Amino acid sequence: MIQDEEIDLLLNDLLEHYGYDFNFYSRASLKRRINRLFLLDKFTDFRTFREQILSDTNYIKRFIEEITVNVTEMFRDSSFYKALRTDILPILGTHPFIRIWHAGCSTGEEVYSMAILLHEAGLLNKSLIYATDINPGVLEKAKSGIFPIGNMKSYSENYIGSGGIQDFSSYYTANYEGGKFNKELRDKMIFSTHNLVSDSSFNEFHLIVCRNVLIYFDKELQERVFKLFDGSMGKLAYLALGSKETIKFSDIQEKFNQVGKEKIWRKVK
Amino acid sequence: MEKSEVIRSCKVLVIGGSAGSLEVLLQLLPKLKDHLSFAIVIVLHRKNSSDSGLVELLAGRTKIPVSEVEDKETILPDHIYLAPGDYHLLFERNKTFSLDFSEKVNYSRPSIDVAFETAADGYGENVTCLLLSGANADGSAGINYAKKAGGQVAVQDPETASSPQMPSIALQNTKVDLVLNVEQMITFINSL
Repeated sequence: MIQDEEIDLLLNDLLEHYGYDFNFYSRASLKRRINRLFLLDKFTDFRTFREQILSDTNYIKRFIEEITVNVTEMFRDSSFYKALRTDILPILGTHPFIRIWHAGCSTGEEVYSMAILLHEAGLLNKSLIYATDINPGVLEKAKSGIFPIGNMKSYSENYIGSGGIQDFSSYYTANYEGGKFNKELRDKMIFSTHNLVSDSSFNEFHLIVCRNVLIYFDKELQERVFKLFDGSMGKLAYLALGSKETIKFSDIQEKFNQVGKEKIWRKVK
Repeated sequence: MEKSEVIRSCKVLVIGGSAGSLEVLLQLLPKLKDHLSFAIVIVLHRKNSSDSGLVELLAGRTKIPVSEVEDKETILPDHIYLAPGDYHLLFERNKTFSLDFSEKVNYSRPSIDVAFETAADGYGENVTCLLLSGANADGSAGINYAKKAGGQVAVQDPETASSPQMPSIALQNTKVDLVLNVEQMITFINSL
């Protein structure tokens, strides 16, 4: 088991050699992730593990991919998507053009969910969805638009829970690789790497979606990211977080009003 | 009024349970004394859907405030925290909670092992872990970890558990400090 002092050493290495700063990640979660990878890759001592990270650029890709949590699903928390459908999209629809940012999009399941909602609201044509993640590997998966066929049943149930009335299977083609989602959905997505820790704002958005990403950050980094989001939104734009995340411990909360019961806030100042 | 000068070592009591544990909690909560010098954190295996009804159910049995954890919330004494469904609950060293949507552990999210282990990291000898009824192996590794970190560990007497598997496995793997029936649990918690 890797000790706290050893984790400090690793984090320092990652910053100095690769520019990845994990110092402001939630330490309890990070420690679990690092120990999980250590066991998974059958390391027996810390020194070898550290050397592999420092010397093997392929291994660092794996390290980043495994340390960051990439568990996600389509239409996760269907009541959230229902609120988007009924309360938020009709208002976004009044804009001539809609820019949405999925920050920390992982393998993209939520991005495709959003595209489906926009399509059903008749807004997809005038929308652009920017989807970013720290991790190039997951973005490749997201771009492919292919998701395991075994997940489609539960995604379909989530979709129905969100108020969807179409046949969910009409959005993808099943083949041996999995369910490949329709090109019309993918055409409105722009994928790019972006590190919430170190990269700055790159546009102004009408809706920023960042769900179950900030839970992996400590309070200080959360605050920095909230300020980044605030600086990337015009007045009356929306911010959507995961179901147990909140802006209420942040300075930006005085500029935002929560919309309904879901974790959606509107910038009012 | 004279108060004893004993410094209480327990800063947080983490209770983990699965099948058959809710009935234990419902018996136990009304019997707890009014002011606790530590936090109680309850980690139950529950359905994915956010059944906020559970908070109300527990809150109805006690005067101590009960709430579901929000990410980065500060852990305060004399408060009962419930782990939300479908997230792991973790304790930070700065006495805040973190939530984590990583892979299930022991087929469970929240996993009791994850909560016990991170609580032991964060609180060391100031943690008390109590493992209740359940038909699962979750919690056993966490009990072991917390014991090694100097914490106090207790399990429900399997004889009194409607699903004895979870406390039994913990008993096999760790020399636990206490094996308690519900009445004994009440006395134990009130004396922490």
